[in-house]
Amino acid sequence: MAELKTLKSEDVVIRFPKYTNQVKYVVGNLDKFQKHVMEPYSILACDFLHALSKTILHDIEAKQYPDVVSFGYWCRRGNVDSLRKKYNEKNIRLGRGIIFHIAPSNVPVNFAFSFAFSLLSGNSNIVRIPSKAFPQVEIICRIITEVILQAKYNSLAESNLFISYERDDAITAHYSKECDGRIVWGGSQTINSIRKLKIPERSIEVTFADRYSFCVINASELMQCDDTSFDRIVSRFYNDTYLMDQNACSSPHFVLWISEEKIISDVSSLFWSKLAALVQEKYEMEPVMAVDKLTLLYQSVIDQDEINNVDQYGNALYVLSLSSISENLDTLRGLYGHFYQYRTTNINILSQFINQSYQTMTYYGVEKKILVDFVKRNKISGIDRIVPIGSALDISIIWDGYDLVRTLSRIIEIL
Amino acid sequence: MFNIADYFNIPPYSIANAKKRELFLEVMAHLHEIHYEGSLEYRRIIDATWNPVNSNMEIEDYPMLPVRLFKEYDLMSLDEEQIIKTMTSSGTSGQRVSKIFLDKYTAINQTKVLTKILSSFLGTKRLPMLVADTKAVLKNRNIHSARGAGIIGFSMLGYDLTYALNEDMSLNEHALFSFIEKHGDGPVLIFGFTFMIWQYFLEALKKHPRLNLNNGIMIHGGGWKKLLDQEVDNPTFKRIVFERIGVPKVYNYYGMVEQTGSIYMECEKGYLHASIYSDIIVRSHKNFASLKYQNRGLIQLISMLPTSYPGHSILTEDIGEILGEDDCGCGRLGKYFIVHGRVKNAEIRGCSDTFS
Repeated sequence: MAELKTLKSEDVVIRFPKYTNQVKYVVGNLDKFQKHVMEPYSILACDFLHALSKTILHDIEAKQYPDVVSFGYWCRRGNVDSLRKKYNEKNIRLGRGIIFHIAPSNVPVNFAFSFAFSLLSGNSNIVRIPSKAFPQVEIICRIITEVILQAKYNSLAESNLFISYERDDAITAHYSKECDGRIVWGGSQTINSIRKLKIPERSIEVTFADRYSFCVINASELMQCDDTSFDRIVSRFYNDTYLMDQNACSSPHFVLWISEEKIISDVSSLFWSKLAALVQEKYEMEPVMAVDKLTLLYQSVIDQDEINNVDQYGNALYVLSLSSISENLDTLRGLYGHFYQYRTTNINILSQFINQSYQTMTYYGVEKKILVDFVKRNKISGIDRIVPIGSALDISIIWDGYDLVRTLSRIIEIL
Repeated sequence: MFNIADYFNIPPYSIANAKKRELFLEVMAHLHEIHYEGSLEYRRIIDATWNPVNSNMEIEDYPMLPVRLFKEYDLMSLDEEQIIKTMTSSGTSGQRVSKIFLDKYTAINQTKVLTKILSSFLGTKRLPMLVADTKAVLKNRNIHSARGAGIIGFSMLGYDLTYALNEDMSLNEHALFSFIEKHGDGPVLIFGFTFMIWQYFLEALKKHPRLNLNNGIMIHGGGWKKLLDQEVDNPTFKRIVFERIGVPKVYNYYGMVEQTGSIYMECEKGYLHASIYSDIIVRSHKNFASLKYQNRGLIQLISMLPTSYPGHSILTEDIGEILGEDDCGCGRLGKYFIVHGRVKNAEIRGCSDTFS
């Protein structure tokens, strides 16, 4: 791959209405905007991401934000090169054209990942950044501008726009009308309302909808851990959940403990009390969160018959034990550290309940071949990712079951 | 056995610390039992989450319901047939409102307690009453909004009830000036919701010459959120009231639709007071532990009144601070406190609700 022909601009100049008052052009220039397409993993795109990575990782302001740093780290040459090697495509592919991204308004850095994935796929991009004023968004946009204005990235500067506007269907409709692909991050309400706004017949749409995630822990394995490794597992679980207020699609709401009852009982209470201690030390709980959390706890015990025990570790952590699990498992959701748990000896009991809303399963102490067997044997209709505890929030170029580079590019068949 | 009627003939700010604690321990135990028996939702919450460890229960050990539950569920502690009226919080359209279900007993007690508290400020003689609102809020007699319920409750203390605003919230000059002509020299009661008084009543009077209601008393409540957005605090409010209408005595009150009746009145020193019918606890948001006086935290309110719905002990979404007990300069016994405002909405992270 990689001997690269950055294809010449198709000289398509797109004329979008300016909406001068409502739309802020954060990066790029609408007057010069042109559609460029490239092959996936073009040298230009890889070089650009590398330069972006270096600038982010050396930026004093950027270094204050772990999520910005992790984006910078993701863009580094080593990572992109290894993705490129894994990509291993036989067909000739080109980017689809212009991808219009509607990023979530409450996650600061996803817009940047969405952009990077699409750039690597060979596309021009119009990215609607979160409307909330996150410092992370400002920093990333500042650094993207700095890098993209270097002469060698001229064609990228012309073919990528980052815009900001308050929710407005008319504006969204205009960008939608001209795009070759649309990526929407959001809850089902957002997705459905954006779906009403047409995209051209040949255009594709990728939606990252609200999902349900859970965690599987083999208690017998966890029991074998010394203190240090046990603490490390707890801390990884903390990162998967509390870092995003347990509100990211890939943050678990439910923990399935596998082992004998006695072992689970000992190990799980140690696990939760260690977690509670960590939360008390690290997590900043605001008053409104405490009120919301207590309200959710009371709603849960009113609504759900299958809760047979509730453990409250101050306001840091609520653990609700289930006497049985059923199809409604994916409606059992927590927030700010409110988890459901269930004990079993066999992971396969889950298979009958898993539907399309399931996204990430994090695990500890379960052998990979058991996981593969679980997926293949049960032909589960949900779950897109199975990753070790601690990796729930690691965003990757395969996301929500999509291979994004292949989805956002097209095949040109030459016989 | 606790009976609220035993307290109707006692002055509302007359029970000191130790006795008050004893009284409310009895009140809590009594109401807790009523609601545990009567409300399925309350029972489920208690069964699942309440494990009192002490055999010597304190008031602080009893459970409290977050106020939002009254928006999510129809909470009542008796059969639906006994409900005579439903009160709702005033929410803008589309917002969920709290629904409070009243039987005859609770409704009557609410009125009695409200009257007891207010007469200790106004005297027992009825006063001509001017309402800084429109009569239109009373339209539906079966469903009472908090605004309507407030007006009806307070109207027990007045006569010649006059509404100062038209249905479109413009000033009803005719009604206002004939009221002033008739009663303007003597004592009058002016009642309304803080925001309505500010936005519609005082605003419209800007272009009029100053009124001289020098013997008037104003009582207002309903929350400061919208006024604080405009940077209007209590002293500013009082100053503008005095400048425009000449009323020297202005009392704010604090209360929730979940505990109508047992309101917390502001005293001459500017502090809110718990009466013998209510109590207040301020809690840490970290673990809900009750805080020492003069610490800020989440406000929990306790009222003797609610028997038809489990609203006797509620966790509000307000931040406040108890300043002391029994030693306020105004001379009233009981805890006195200030409210610092609503908890701030968190910038919740995550990706579930996004496009806005």
